Amino acid sequence: MLDFLRTRWAQGTRTSPFPEGETGFPERFRGRPLLDATRCDDRCRECRDRTPSAALVVGAGGRASLDLGACLFSPEEASRCRLGAVSYSTDHRLAGRERQDLVTQTGELPAVQALESRTRKLFGRSLRLRSVAAGSCNGCEAELVALGNVVFDMARFGVQFVASPRHADGLVLTGAVSRNMREAVYRVYEAIPEPRLVIAVGACAINGGPFRDSPEVDNGVPADLPVDLWIPGCPPHPLAVLDGLLRLLGQLEEKRGS
Amino acid sequence: MSTFDALGLRNRRAIPLASVPVEPVSRFRDTVAQAVRDGWRLVALFGSPDTGDQTLVLAVLAQDERGQLGAVSMLVEERYPALTPDCPEAHRFEREIAEQCGVVPEGHPWLKPLRRHPPDHGRAGVVPAPIDRECYPFFQFKGEEVHEVAVGPVHAGIIEPGHFRFQAHGEEVLFLEIMLGYQHRGVERLLETRSWPDAVLVAESIAGDTVIGHASAACGAIEALARSRKTPRAQTVRGIALELERLANHIGDLGAIAGDIAYQPAASYFGRLRGECLNLLMTLSGNRYGRGLIRPGGTLFDIPPAMAVEMRSRLESLAAELEPVGHLMLKNASVQARLEGVGVVPRQICLDLGLVGVASRACEVPRDVRHDHPYGLFRFAHIPVATAWAGDVLARTLVRWLEVQRSLEFVIDQVGALPRGAVQVECGALRPNEFVVSLEEGWRGEIAHAVISDGTGGVRRHKVVDPSFHNWSALAAAMPGNQISDFPLCNKSFNLSYAGHDL
Repeated sequence: MLDFLRTRWAQGTRTSPFPEGETGFPERFRGRPLLDATRCDDRCRECRDRTPSAALVVGAGGRASLDLGACLFSPEEASRCRLGAVSYSTDHRLAGRERQDLVTQTGELPAVQALESRTRKLFGRSLRLRSVAAGSCNGCEAELVALGNVVFDMARFGVQFVASPRHADGLVLTGAVSRNMREAVYRVYEAIPEPRLVIAVGACAINGGPFRDSPEVDNGVPADLPVDLWIPGCPPHPLAVLDGLLRLLGQLEEKRGS
Repeated sequence: MSTFDALGLRNRRAIPLASVPVEPVSRFRDTVAQAVRDGWRLVALFGSPDTGDQTLVLAVLAQDERGQLGAVSMLVEERYPALTPDCPEAHRFEREIAEQCGVVPEGHPWLKPLRRHPPDHGRAGVVPAPIDRECYPFFQFKGEEVHEVAVGPVHAGIIEPGHFRFQAHGEEVLFLEIMLGYQHRGVERLLETRSWPDAVLVAESIAGDTVIGHASAACGAIEALARSRKTPRAQTVRGIALELERLANHIGDLGAIAGDIAYQPAASYFGRLRGECLNLLMTLSGNRYGRGLIRPGGTLFDIPPAMAVEMRSRLESLAAELEPVGHLMLKNASVQARLEGVGVVPRQICLDLGLVGVASRACEVPRDVRHDHPYGLFRFAHIPVATAWAGDVLARTLVRWLEVQRSLEFVIDQVGALPRGAVQVECGALRPNEFVVSLEEGWRGEIAHAVISDGTGGVRRHKVVDPSFHNWSALAAAMPGNQISDFPLCNKSFNLSYAGHDL
C-alpha cells in the first residue's frame, strides 16, 4: 500500500496542457508542410507525377499546390524539391472539413468550421466514436489509442471511443480500405444511428497513402460515405486528431487562428 | 546429400541465386524435413514465378547456434508434395504459396485461404486459384453442449481487423481458429514494383508499430545486394532506434496487460512512459514511430552531441520512473496470480511451430537474431537474451520487463558512445540475380526479408516474414483449456500484428 501511494505521488499529474500553452514539438517534427510560392517555378514540374506520394499537384493555371491529404510527411517530399520550395513546419494543425480544403497553394489551411447548430447541439459536449481499421498498418490506430492515455486524455473533452457502432455517433475510418474490409466498413456505417459523422484519419483513409493504387485497396474512404472531417498525417500526431475533433465540435472556436 | 548448408549464406550476405541448389521435387521435402529434424529452423518458404510455366519454391533455413543460414529450392509446375505433414512450421507458408502462386501443396492438412486474395505471384499465363477466397470452412466441434462464438473483424476496441472463431463448452475454449487477411494491402507486390529508395515508404508501413524493424530489414537486404557498407555511426543510430522502438512497444504492452486485468495504476503509468519513448524517436526522426529515419545507405538523421546529451538525460529519468512501476505491478501477488498459468504454450509446441521473439523466449527457447545472427551494431555490443520458462502470460510479461531494463541500459550506453563519421553513404545499384536474407530482431521477434534481384538492377521477389506470421499459430495453440474471458489477456500477451501478417 505504501509503495502504491509512493508511486502515485512520484508519477504526479501528466496531462498535457492542451489546448492551453505550448505544444513543444521538437525541431525535427514534421507537421503541416509549407509551400513557398516565390521559390516555385511554374515551368518546373518535376514533382508532378512523383510516386508514391503525389503531395504536390499542379492545379488550375499551372500553379503548384500541396495536397496535404496525399502527403506522407516523409523528409524526401520536401528535400526532393530542387528549388527548395517545400518545407515542414512544426504546426500540428492539419484538419479540413472538405477534401478540397487540404489542397493549398501556400500550406495555409482554411479554419475548420464547427458543425451546424443541430448536430453541434447533439454532439458538442459528448461525442462517441467507433473506430474501424480497414487496410491500415496500425500506425493511425496506435495514435487513436494514445488519445486515451493520461497525457492526451481525450475523454476530458467529452469524446470517447465505444465498442459498438450502435452506441456511436460517428465512424473514425483508418486505412486504405482493403477489399476484404469493404463490406465491414459499410456495415459499421449503416449500424450507426443517424445523424452520424464520418472522420477519415491518416493518408491511407484520405488517399490510399503508401498503398495507393495497389489492386488490393480502394484508395481510401468510399466516395459514397459523406466525410465530415479529414485529418492528414502518416500517422497524424494525437494532437492533430484532437485539434480537428475539437474544432469540429466548436470547442476551440474562440482560439481559431491563434 | 544436399548442400543447402554450404552456401556461405549469412544474415545480410548476398549470394548468386544460381548457387542455391535446385533439388528435384521428390527430394526437396526430405531435405527440408531432415534439416528441421537436425535442429534447423524454417525462416521462410516462398514461391516466385520462374521462366516458363514453373514456380521457384525456395526454403530459407537457420541454424541459430552457429549463426548459419541455408537455402534450398525446387522448380514446381502445378503441384508438389506438401511439407506440412512432416514439418508443422511450414503450415502457413504452404497456404501462402498456394494462394500467392496458385501452386497446390498436395496432402496439406489445412489448405484454406490465408489472406483471401487472388494469386499475385503466379507463373506466366492464367493461374487458377487452387483455393476459393470466399470459402473458408471453419473447423467445428459437434455436440449438444458445444457452442460457437464468432468475434470480428470489427472488435470492441481500437484494434486491427481479424476474425476469431471459438468452439466452446460453456466458458471453456475447446478450439480457436483465427481467420486473417482483412488488412491485406498487397505489400510484397508494391515492394517489387516500386523502385528503391521510394519503396522504403512501403517497408515503413508493413506494420506501423515496427517502422524501424521492417525498414532496417528491408534496407539491410538492399544494401547487401548493392554491397553498400554503412558507417559505424549509422549502425549505432539504427541500433538505438531499434531499441527505442522495442522499449516503446514493450512498455506499452506491459501497460496493456495491466489494463486487461484491471490493474489501473500500472496501465496509466506505463501508457504514459511508452509515449516518452515515442517522443525520443520523434526528437531523433521527426516522427513518433521513427518514419523517415532508416534509408538505404544509413540514416537520414544524425544524433548531434547536444541531442545525445539530452537523450541520455531523458533516458535516465525514464529508467528512474520505470523501475518503481514495474515493481509495483510485478511484485503484486494478485497480479502474479492472475497472469500465472493462463495461455500456456508448451515448449515442444513452440519448437514445432517455429515460434520467434518474446513468445519463444517465454518458453525457454532463446531465439534472438541480435544474439544468433548478429549484424550492424549488435556485432560489437551485446544485449543478454532474456528468457522465462513457463510459456504463460506471466512468462511473456516477465520477458518483456527484462528486455525493457536491458534495452534501456544498452541505449543509455550507446548514446554516450557514438562513433565518429557520417550517417549516410551512397547505396549504389543492386547486383543482378543475387539472393539475400536480411534478419532483424524486431520487438515482436524475427523479421525476415528475403530478396532476389532481377537481371537489370531491380527486385524480382521481395518476401516479407513478420514475426506475427509464425506466432499467430501460438495464440491459437495457447487458448484451448482456457476460458473465453481470458482471450483478451492471452491475445495481449502476444500482441501480434494483423498488418504484418496480412501484408
